Amino acid sequence: MDYGLDTKSTRLKTFNTIFIITWLLIACFPFIWTFWGSFKVRADFFSRSDWWYAISAFNTLVETGGKFTTNAYTEAWTEGEFWKASKNTIIVTVFVVSISLFLGTLGAYALSRSTEKYAFWILMIALIFRAMPHITLVSGYLFPFFELQIWGILPTTIVVLVAINQPFTLWLLYSFFKTVPKELDESALIDGCSYFQAFRHIIMPVMWPGVITAGLFSLMLAYNDFTVTALLLNQENHTMVPKIQSYLGTNQHEGNLMWAVSAVVSATAPLFMLVMFFQRQVISGLTAGAVKG
Amino acid sequence: MPNKTFFWFFLPTGLAMILFIGLPIISTGIQSFYAQHDQVVKEVKKCDPFGCTVSIVVDNEETTKIRDAKPLGKFNGFGTYTDRNHLAVDEIKKFWNETESFGAFVDQVTNLPFYKALIFTLTYCLFVTPNVLLLGFIIALSLNAVARKIRGPLIFGTILPMIVTPLVGSLVLFWMIDSQGIIGANIQNLMNDPYLSLKSSKTLTWITIIIYGIWHHSPFAFVVFYAALQTVPQEPIEAAIIDGASRFQRIKHIVLPHIYPVVTFVALISLMDNFRVFEPIIGFSAEGSAQSLSWLIYDNLVNEEVILFGSAAATSMMTIIGIAILLAPVLIRTWKEFKTAR
Repeated sequence: MDYGLDTKSTRLKTFNTIFIITWLLIACFPFIWTFWGSFKVRADFFSRSDWWYAISAFNTLVETGGKFTTNAYTEAWTEGEFWKASKNTIIVTVFVVSISLFLGTLGAYALSRSTEKYAFWILMIALIFRAMPHITLVSGYLFPFFELQIWGILPTTIVVLVAINQPFTLWLLYSFFKTVPKELDESALIDGCSYFQAFRHIIMPVMWPGVITAGLFSLMLAYNDFTVTALLLNQENHTMVPKIQSYLGTNQHEGNLMWAVSAVVSATAPLFMLVMFFQRQVISGLTAGAVKG
Repeated sequence: MPNKTFFWFFLPTGLAMILFIGLPIISTGIQSFYAQHDQVVKEVKKCDPFGCTVSIVVDNEETTKIRDAKPLGKFNGFGTYTDRNHLAVDEIKKFWNETESFGAFVDQVTNLPFYKALIFTLTYCLFVTPNVLLLGFIIALSLNAVARKIRGPLIFGTILPMIVTPLVGSLVLFWMIDSQGIIGANIQNLMNDPYLSLKSSKTLTWITIIIYGIWHHSPFAFVVFYAALQTVPQEPIEAAIIDGASRFQRIKHIVLPHIYPVVTFVALISLMDNFRVFEPIIGFSAEGSAQSLSWLIYDNLVNEEVILFGSAAATSMMTIIGIAILLAPVLIRTWKEFKTAR
């Protein structure tokens, strides 16, 4: 509550405004610039001689006859097979989100309602698992997966991503279920429900805010993953992020930078839309572990 | 909840974690004691009218046979850990005996791949983590001071760097500061040095990646601090204002102590995330001058000729030990709290 005690001097206010504007520029300008540049040809966006070309679109005009061109997008999506990568991303994301929420809600509910010592230890182990760099886990997967001949296909990657995602989902949903009063399901138990019935009829109707937050984070993990998808999927099954990396080219073959630029924009846009709609949930999820303890 | 019910509720997620996080760690451990087979070579005698030459070629058939019989490779014990690409025990002994000054010795050691990567990873953690905390806190304070109505869009703009994947985030920055990008080209013009570029200087590359790290992680610190600031009680602050405390004093003596537990939480999470730095190195194509532990593992796993499972696994095990050392203070503290709580 503000009683007008905390008056700020105009100098401080101006300084604050300048700081926020500067920070927002630093945070957002790279994305705006990439979005703008994705409608140019390479000679304009990556110009050594004159950066103004990127604004005036000198070469774009020469090469395509217009100031803006969507060539990079059409080529990347058709010739570059980005459509396939986005299809794979959608498959991976949908399955990872639904499976990890299914497993996570059950496990986290049990953890939040258990008074035993082992619940604490399970949470601690989950924290340690959360700290494992994904690449160290991948180095453990590769060899067995080659031997079992399940390397390179989407189901393997989905299962792996679900597992990697579990520790965080468990922690998030655990702290959410802690805020759901115990009395709710206890009264159902007294009335003769089994734990599963109590979960199904009492908890499920009220758990959606927490589930949406956890779902968003699973989605961001699956959608953004590079380490696991790049190493566990074969060329055919690559999702968007490894696909973008393959456009960059290596020493052996030259890439197509403008494809990468348009692919980056295509991959980022849906994510930004999503976060715009669910901003509140994202923020509550990030703070769940911290503020609630 | 009875143990039996707990078991059935927890079984699916527990199984997933044991199979795909627990077992892989063990599998990494086992792999780290094996090394890939040497290629079997045979002497081939080639005779032509001018005489005979003996050349050594790889016997592909034999090599495949051995690989198929023992796919894990040959047992190497701690050999992989101590070889040149990892702890480099012999090399360090040699350097210690041969180099004259301590500086020269350090120079030699930091050129070994593992130590090079370790030093980069630690430098990255050391510079990024405190700056992330500081910048995140300042942004939170300053956004907390603007009118409530416009905060929503401002928060959205602030968290953008965090929600994109590190590869995309670093690419987006790289395209601007590259010698052909808007910032890079302008700096070249300003300095009048057409050869000034990111790739030409190791220090510049390191600084760029560290700046990227701060840019990418600060929003996370911001979000958590911002939420914590909403819970700071108003009464003590008002009392402090009446007592004539300056803005800085209020932050130092009231706000900071209140959000202190959150600061440790953010520091821990960002330390864990920074320790696995890897994607920006690919995004900035900085492999030449900056390598991290995670990047070393990746490099072994995408090796063109034969995947170096053993080498990757040994680096992984040492990375895990590093993580354990980082986490140890937290775990010990939680354990003590848990014991006193009972």
